[in-house]
Amino acid sequence: MGARVRLLEGFIGRARIADAAQFALQWLGELVGIRPSLCLVRPLGEQSLFVVGSYGLSGGAVDSFSVSLEDWNNPLVTAFTHRKELFFPAPQVASDRKRRPTTPLEDLAFHCVPLGVSRAADDVFGLLLLGGAAPLHSELHWFTGIFSQKIDQVLRNQATTEGDRKQGRERSLLYSIINAVSDPILLTDTEGRLLIANARALTLFTASEEESEGRRGAVRMNNMLLSSALSSKAIEEMSATRRELLLVNPVDGSDLVFEFLSTITEDPRQGSGVVSILRNVTDLRRASEEIEENYRKMRVAEVQARAESDRLNLIIDSVADPIVVTDAAGATSLMNEPAERLFTIPTGASEIEQRWVQANDAHFSSFIAGMLVSADQRRIGEIGLSDPGTGEAMPVEAIAGKILSDHGELTAVVTILHDQREALEKARLYEQLKQASDELERKIQAATADIAQQNELLRRQAIELEQASALKSQFLANMSHEFRTPLNAMLGYTSMLLQGVAGPTEPPVRRQLSRIESNGRHLLTIINEILDISRIEAGRMPLQMSTVRIPDLVGEVKSELEPIIMRSKLTVTLDIAKDLTPITTDRQKVKQILLNLLSNALKFTHHGTVTIGARRNSKERTVTVLVTDTGIGIAQADQDRIFEDFRQLDNSPTRAYSGTGLGLSICRRLAQMLDGRISVHSQVGKGSTFTLTLPTKGRR
Amino acid sequence: MTMKSDRPRVLLVDDYPDAREMYTEYLEFSGFEVVEAGNGKEALQRAVDTAPDIILMDLSLPVMDGWEATRRLKADERTASIPVVALTGHALAGISEGAKKAGCDAFVTKPCLPEDLVREIRKILGCRSSSSTRKVRRSGKYAKSS
Repeated sequence: MGARVRLLEGFIGRARIADAAQFALQWLGELVGIRPSLCLVRPLGEQSLFVVGSYGLSGGAVDSFSVSLEDWNNPLVTAFTHRKELFFPAPQVASDRKRRPTTPLEDLAFHCVPLGVSRAADDVFGLLLLGGAAPLHSELHWFTGIFSQKIDQVLRNQATTEGDRKQGRERSLLYSIINAVSDPILLTDTEGRLLIANARALTLFTASEEESEGRRGAVRMNNMLLSSALSSKAIEEMSATRRELLLVNPVDGSDLVFEFLSTITEDPRQGSGVVSILRNVTDLRRASEEIEENYRKMRVAEVQARAESDRLNLIIDSVADPIVVTDAAGATSLMNEPAERLFTIPTGASEIEQRWVQANDAHFSSFIAGMLVSADQRRIGEIGLSDPGTGEAMPVEAIAGKILSDHGELTAVVTILHDQREALEKARLYEQLKQASDELERKIQAATADIAQQNELLRRQAIELEQASALKSQFLANMSHEFRTPLNAMLGYTSMLLQGVAGPTEPPVRRQLSRIESNGRHLLTIINEILDISRIEAGRMPLQMSTVRIPDLVGEVKSELEPIIMRSKLTVTLDIAKDLTPITTDRQKVKQILLNLLSNALKFTHHGTVTIGARRNSKERTVTVLVTDTGIGIAQADQDRIFEDFRQLDNSPTRAYSGTGLGLSICRRLAQMLDGRISVHSQVGKGSTFTLTLPTKGRR
Repeated sequence: MTMKSDRPRVLLVDDYPDAREMYTEYLEFSGFEVVEAGNGKEALQRAVDTAPDIILMDLSLPVMDGWEATRRLKADERTASIPVVALTGHALAGISEGAKKAGCDAFVTKPCLPEDLVREIRKILGCRSSSSTRKVRRSGKYAKSS
């Protein structure tokens, strides 16, 4: 009885299974005398039996011994699964060992007793291996019952604490996992208050007082954004779909884009909450944008490439010269339309056309073959082709170039054929043109020589003319001299006769002498005037510019004609403007003009007055001198003619007025020489006004 | 060297005899003593020989023309002070200029009426020696009939 108490007392306080087992086996060996012994237990969830205690056995083999429950051939497994007590006697012969399980008890006879609380077969949790050949007595059955209960209890306790510990472990593991997740994860209550947040979420949504203002501001903003995203209405609308949430990175203030997934969890104990998972898609978004951009670029490049290719085709086709691309084997891989005309047989071609094309093909092939075998990069040659349409000989210049790959392999030969017919025709035309041009040049040279000759002739003629003109002037000068010399004597003697130098003369003789004198004077005037005109026309009347006071000049003219004025019984008045300033002109020529105008006025006026006026026109920078009479006047139709040479309106031999008719003609020429002009305003029977206009400053 | 009278002596140089005769007749009629020369060379000789008060010089002359003769007269100290009046039928511009250059003191264009010539001579001589010209009868009373 004392032994049983010791066992029960020993079990108290032995909470660990190994302690309890070790104590029990020790008790069994010392107080019951069963030795050696071994206890195997199946831990919860394991598929093997492990040693938890032993007695009377030694060596590492004991602790490491285990029995796999999947080893169906092992009799120990049978004992365990079928809840059977088994006895294994000591082996007599070697073959007996095969029927025994291998145990730390080796060749000893032993009993195998299943351990379990209830009678059910599946409640077995371990085996006791008890050495000894003697049958098991009742005390041992009591022991296994108590031991089984103790082990069961320990196992249960163990399972409970194991469970608690496991739950704690799992919890912390869960937190670790959650924290390890780089995406923010949040659990909020239905009011939006934060219940659980992982580390990443904490950096986004919480900030302590020590954090910078910027960071706290970012966190506040994030919370606001989150709250609005989490508002129950938003969640309902969202249902299970994903949304995007824009947040601010509190660390650096950059924008973050999150994919936001929320689900409402129903927990009967703690009420419902919202689990939100935010996935940072900023990089994803950027990457996707980049991908989109790349795709777009690729599309553009593709379009460009296609356009390039189309353009290339278009260019090749639009080249008038045939282009043939041949591969490395000599086979044609591409040709443009003009080349096709030469080297392909059109549908419905006549036999002769086919022959021309074949001949062309043969010529071209031999050229290409030569090109392919040669080492030349380029080759220029002539091929005698024929126009397939007409059969006309068509010499072409072929320019072939090899196209090499990056590795230097021949990939293609491009050949451009240039129709030589046009070039030959051009050369021929050029030759013709050149001949024509040469001919023309010869003609031009001849013509130029001719012109030079003509010029020389003209030059000589000009010299001759100049000489003739000089001779004419000289002749006029001489003639004038020759005229004057006898006239001088005639006038002189007449004058002397009239003066009575050689004695007094009778009045009738005097009258006749007067006629001689007046005719002589007239002849002298004519000679002088003809000489004047000749000098003007020969440009031999030089201007002698000086400062001239018009009032003085007018007075001089008037006084010079005073004898005629006296005789005419006319009143001559002066009307000279006060503001008249001196002008620069040729005094002698102006005087000649004014003498002529005034004597004309006196000559053609029978009664009335003659007025000499002078005005200044400062705007035109001119001075006008007007000679106005109350004479016979000039009809409108005749007013231009009076300035012509030898023009006196009455041209009859018995005309009433003397004069050469050269006076006004000379006046006009002189006025022109002085850059001035002379004009007339007249009415028949009323009188005339002659106006001389002179620049205040003459040219020379 | 002839005897010098109190009448002013005129050397008249002209190759045209009629003109020479006419002017001589009128000059003598007007109270002048006249010495004649038919060309420049002769004129030089006469000028030295007769020492005239004034020389009337036609410019177009045979042997030696009037310009040359004038130049020589003006170059000779014996005759340099005698006034020379150029007398020419040439009316072309530049003639009077050339005459001035040669040393002529005045220029008269022919045709020149005898009385006009006398007026010109008196004008020139009047400036030089009034006494000799005062005695000369004015030809003013023979008014021109033109």
